[in-house]
Amino acid sequence: MPFLIGEAMTGGYGAADILHDCTIAVDKGQIAVIVGPNGAGKSTAMKAVFGMLNLRKGRVVLDGTDITGLSPQDRVAQGMAFVPQTSNIFTSMTVEENLEMGAFLRRDDIRATIEQIYTLFPILKEKRRQAAGELSGGQRQQVAVGRALMTQPKLLMLDEPTAGVSPIVMDELFDRIIEVARTGISILMVEQNARQALEIADKGYVLVQGANRYTDTGEALLADPEVRRTFLGG
Amino acid sequence: MDFLNGLIALANYVLIPATSYGAQLALGALGVTLVYGILRFSNFAHGDTMAFGTMITILFTWLFQSWGISLGPLPTALLALPLGIIGTALFVLGTDRVVYRFYRRAKAAPVILVIVSMGVMFVMNGLTRFIIGTGEQNFADGSRFLITAGKFKMATGMEEGLAVRTTQVITVVTAVIVVALLFWFLNKTRTGKSMRAFSDNEDLALLSGINPERVVMVTWIIVAGLATIAGVLYGLDKSFKPFTYFQLLLPIFASAVVGGLGNPLGAIGGGFIVAYSEVAVTYAWKKVLGYWLPSALVPDGLAQLMGTDYKYAVSFVILIIVLLFKPTGLFKGKSV
Repeated sequence: MPFLIGEAMTGGYGAADILHDCTIAVDKGQIAVIVGPNGAGKSTAMKAVFGMLNLRKGRVVLDGTDITGLSPQDRVAQGMAFVPQTSNIFTSMTVEENLEMGAFLRRDDIRATIEQIYTLFPILKEKRRQAAGELSGGQRQQVAVGRALMTQPKLLMLDEPTAGVSPIVMDELFDRIIEVARTGISILMVEQNARQALEIADKGYVLVQGANRYTDTGEALLADPEVRRTFLGG
Repeated sequence: MDFLNGLIALANYVLIPATSYGAQLALGALGVTLVYGILRFSNFAHGDTMAFGTMITILFTWLFQSWGISLGPLPTALLALPLGIIGTALFVLGTDRVVYRFYRRAKAAPVILVIVSMGVMFVMNGLTRFIIGTGEQNFADGSRFLITAGKFKMATGMEEGLAVRTTQVITVVTAVIVVALLFWFLNKTRTGKSMRAFSDNEDLALLSGINPERVVMVTWIIVAGLATIAGVLYGLDKSFKPFTYFQLLLPIFASAVVGGLGNPLGAIGGGFIVAYSEVAVTYAWKKVLGYWLPSALVPDGLAQLMGTDYKYAVSFVILIIVLLFKPTGLFKGKSV
């Protein structure tokens, strides 16, 4: 049984279903990546796992507990953290306040966690008193990931963390994400940069029209000529 | 000497009154801006919330006076103020429970909430008039002047007198304390920061586990406090009349928008900008100019740009100019 599994998920925002019998799973401390063409339902699958979408069929199980009926807020309390693709920081608040707000549900001392985040993202320590909205794109993403990590989650979900950042910043972000996974946190991520994302993925899911098309290790997907030809541009 | 006399006249008729008026507008605009930033609508009932809070404070002031309690040189109303705030907070929270919460849950558009707040405004308006009447109430007691014009002339030997009323000093001192407390609360406390987070990015605040109902409740309590304090200070400084408070809504909104809606610092800046312009434009400058200009250049008329009846027009001219050239306000708020 994987640490998290969204099993045979079927559902959508309105009357029409976007996901069709879609299954996504992550093991403990591993990185799972969802890739696929535009409109494949990648972000929708992520939202379904996080409870931002009503499922008509299927279930979501976290660490052996069925959480299908829980609201996103309750899932945060259960150890899930979500970094949305856009508007994922409090722009008018300082970096440190962003981190504090991430830990809003916690009543214990959060100093140690803040220090951990500063060790992971040293630039944030430097800019701790600066408004998060004044930072560069890559730095903002670090704030967003840092905010999500403040609840000390067991599963971190990232919706296109490298959207709109330069290739250098993208590599650095991926390095950080690997570091986070090494601490035992499972990572589920949707990525537009499929090739680079699959390189760091333990497990890759290629979605097409809301359904699983290919599922394998990142390495095997990158090696599969069929996947390369149709999704990775040769 | 003439220059100094002119300066004293300017302080006496323009600077001091405008400063206390500006402090009152700033406190009112802070309430408007908090509702806009956190509950996301323009609260037209704010002027009448001020009237309602002032009314409760007046009722308790009368009660204390009948018991013979007083604060000596300070107005008794200051003693009744906390009770006025509690009463207003309860009323406003009740309104939220009965009216606003329904529309919040239905995710009503801001413009609908604005119209709803107008309904609340008329109800509060009627309630206040029903309880205390439509007439003018003077409830300031204690000593009237800190410095009288006569004493000032005696002490300095100047031709011009400078009068400072107790209520003007109380207004400014109270406003400074209240604003300092508010900023400390918003910037340093967990609840205050969660309010700013909620105002900044509602979805992310929810994701972080911030409870929206609690944020809304704390906001209403603070707004009730600000409105009551602003209303009581205005009433002490001038007088209390429900209709005047209803009209105060206009310069208060102008202040909040000029400063930048949703930005507390802007509300304060906007309050003083509106107050100084209103007083400066409606003041008859003949006296000051008489001291400052050579006698040949002194105007024959009053040198008053506008009659005081038009003072609300001043706020609107500023409002329009700011909206044309800087739609988010002078202090970078949200665009309207």
